[in-house]
Amino acid sequence: MNNTRWARPESLLEVYSWIFMRVSGVVLVVLALGHLAIMHLINNVDIINYDFVVHRFVGPFWRTYDFILLWLAMLHGLNGVRIMIDDYLIGRGWRTLALSVLAVVGVVFLTLGSLVIVTFQPLAAGR
Amino acid sequence: MAADSTVAPTTLGERAEPTRRKNVHLSDFVRYRGGTGMVAWALHRLTGLGILFFLFAHVIDTSLIGWAPEAYNAAIALYRGAFFRIGEILLFAAVVFHGMNGLRIVIIDFWPQTTLLQKRLFWSAVAVSLVLFLPAAAYMAICMVRR
Repeated sequence: MNNTRWARPESLLEVYSWIFMRVSGVVLVVLALGHLAIMHLINNVDIINYDFVVHRFVGPFWRTYDFILLWLAMLHGLNGVRIMIDDYLIGRGWRTLALSVLAVVGVVFLTLGSLVIVTFQPLAAGR
Repeated sequence: MAADSTVAPTTLGERAEPTRRKNVHLSDFVRYRGGTGMVAWALHRLTGLGILFFLFAHVIDTSLIGWAPEAYNAAIALYRGAFFRIGEILLFAAVVFHGMNGLRIVIIDFWPQTTLLQKRLFWSAVAVSLVLFLPAAAYMAICMVRR
């Protein structure tokens, strides 16, 4: 082995995964802590209800914020679990099964979350 | 996965190492004295998993908003109970630690010379986490009791 050279990555996917985890991680520190401060300290579960969300989702700003937060947090978390599966599940069958379940779970939750943020319309009958 | 020990290493998958691998046991974890780096690594995985599981629940509760106002309000009412409020404080601890330790990882990855300071960086991450977490936790505890 030539120690003066960088090790060649097994696949470019892992390089992108590594970069994504760091970039999304730094962005998430700002977005997630901001979300926690606004929704759990400045406001909290005593204040939040349907009307609160209707008011919050009037303009595009918070929808966009929540949409980016949802996707970055989900992909960061799912990719973290993917790395854990690769670490702990050595058997090929189990690993394939776990990765498949993870992919399905990811698609379901990202679809559900995106649909809510993008398509939500307050009821015309108002409450 | 006892069956794997009999399989030729090359069939284990592209990520498998050429040596024979065995399952990781808790006893290995206790015996392996990795110090702060190992503690940080374990806590990072644990908090990451915890946050992801909360995120799944959070997507479900928020999706109720598109279903019916009553359904959403009922779900939020559940979060007002003591169980979930304590969970909320734990979630804060998890997010703050995961974020600060993540920044420590980014610093070490992009500026490798800081590896020499890795222990100090770990305790810095813990210190910054506590500075962010403790006031927030105290405030949330007060809100919880005063309600």
